[in-house]
Amino acid sequence: MNYHWNWAIFWELSPDGVHTYFQTLLLGTGWTLATAACAWIIALTLGSLVGALRTMPFAAAVRFGNVYVELFRNVPLLVQMFLWYFVMPEIVPRAFGTWLKQQPNASFYTAVVALGLYMSARVAEQVRAGILSLPRGQRQAALALGLTLPQTYLYVLMPMTYRIIMPPLTSELLNTIKNSAVALTIGLMELTARARAMQEFSFQVFEAFTAATIIYIVINIVVTFAMRVVERRIAVPGYLGFKAPAAGH
Amino acid sequence: MFANYDFDVIWRSLPYLFYQGMTFTLLLTALATLGGIVIGTLLALMRLSGTAALTLPAAAYVNLMRSVPFVLMIFWFYFLVPYIGQWMTRSAQPLQVGAFASCLVTFTLFEAAFFCEIMRAGIQSIPRGQMAAAQALGMTYPTTMGYIVLPQAFRNMVPVLLTQTIILFQDTSLVYVISVTDFLGAASKVAERDGRLVEMYTFAAVVYFVISLAASRTVAHLQRRIAIIR
Repeated sequence: MNYHWNWAIFWELSPDGVHTYFQTLLLGTGWTLATAACAWIIALTLGSLVGALRTMPFAAAVRFGNVYVELFRNVPLLVQMFLWYFVMPEIVPRAFGTWLKQQPNASFYTAVVALGLYMSARVAEQVRAGILSLPRGQRQAALALGLTLPQTYLYVLMPMTYRIIMPPLTSELLNTIKNSAVALTIGLMELTARARAMQEFSFQVFEAFTAATIIYIVINIVVTFAMRVVERRIAVPGYLGFKAPAAGH
Repeated sequence: MFANYDFDVIWRSLPYLFYQGMTFTLLLTALATLGGIVIGTLLALMRLSGTAALTLPAAAYVNLMRSVPFVLMIFWFYFLVPYIGQWMTRSAQPLQVGAFASCLVTFTLFEAAFFCEIMRAGIQSIPRGQMAAAQALGMTYPTTMGYIVLPQAFRNMVPVLLTQTIILFQDTSLVYVISVTDFLGAASKVAERDGRLVEMYTFAAVVYFVISLAASRTVAHLQRRIAIIR
């Protein structure tokens, strides 16, 4: 292989004149994490809401939830990013559109909204499956005790659901982090974009991508480990996922 | 409201969008699915072999692919495939590979990791007694796998495999990052040439939506029909 390896490239100054290539990758990691975190908040909030709607005894609510999920699941994330970034500012009233386009971090906000909504449809699927997995007696008991429907969801069904669907939610969180890389297409300088830029300026393709890959793997391991601790702490006694604490005397 | 829009641009670019773009997208989806299922099944067999020399590399490969963004992997392979080609053909220069070949290698190898996990779940869903019965009849391991376990695992997993294919179909839009003319790439080129981003991207979204929705409805229908009553 006639490829010229140069691992010292990370300590050289990048074309921005201030940061080394290594620092630019860290900045990218920051943007990746910030985008994923903000998008995850949207995904979890809307996803819980839509997921719950789809299990309610109102046909209209169920239909709305189904349309919502189908809409966001059947269009590629990249196309959705383009819709939010290129199309949305053109079809809203002109003054608002111009204001949107002039925002300094437009690609960040757009990425957060697009990714958040895209992931919310997947979270909604998990939440719905979680609620439906609960014994039907829980809902009936809560309603029989005189709780209103919102109270039943808030105090009985949702807390149990979250504890049960923690493992799939963890993988959706990891997907959110990974999918944030798609935002490079609308100009967000996150980790993959920084690695790509480093490759373009320094011609050290494989060093740049190796570094980015390692950073993604580390993020993955840290998140997985943290979530596993959470999963263990909130596992519901009596379910297969629950490991009883070591017996003491 | 639509006075400023020119929806005729869609009509004018239809042949380009579908003959060039959609053909690329669908061909890539189909071939990558086939290749991905073959390699994925081999990876699944490796992971379930019980031999550390086979289990560990397969697990490492699958976990690597699953923890890295697809976009980053597309970049990786885009630059790596010429070098792999050079190494395989022992030529002096990195091999020139076309956009389609490069994308096909990328998608096949990346999706193989996901198909592997599906096939692994499928194989594990077969009752242990079937394996034991086959062995009691004197069948070798390859015969047992080929005639008893894999056909059933495959049948059980058809809906999941097809769902993964729909995801793959949507993922093909990501080849945009290496400027390949798939369906979205074609739409984007027309959009930028004619300054018609609103029309073209909206149209692209509608087309992806219709195809994916129709496909997932078909899968759901199929799932009900082929479900084995136990």
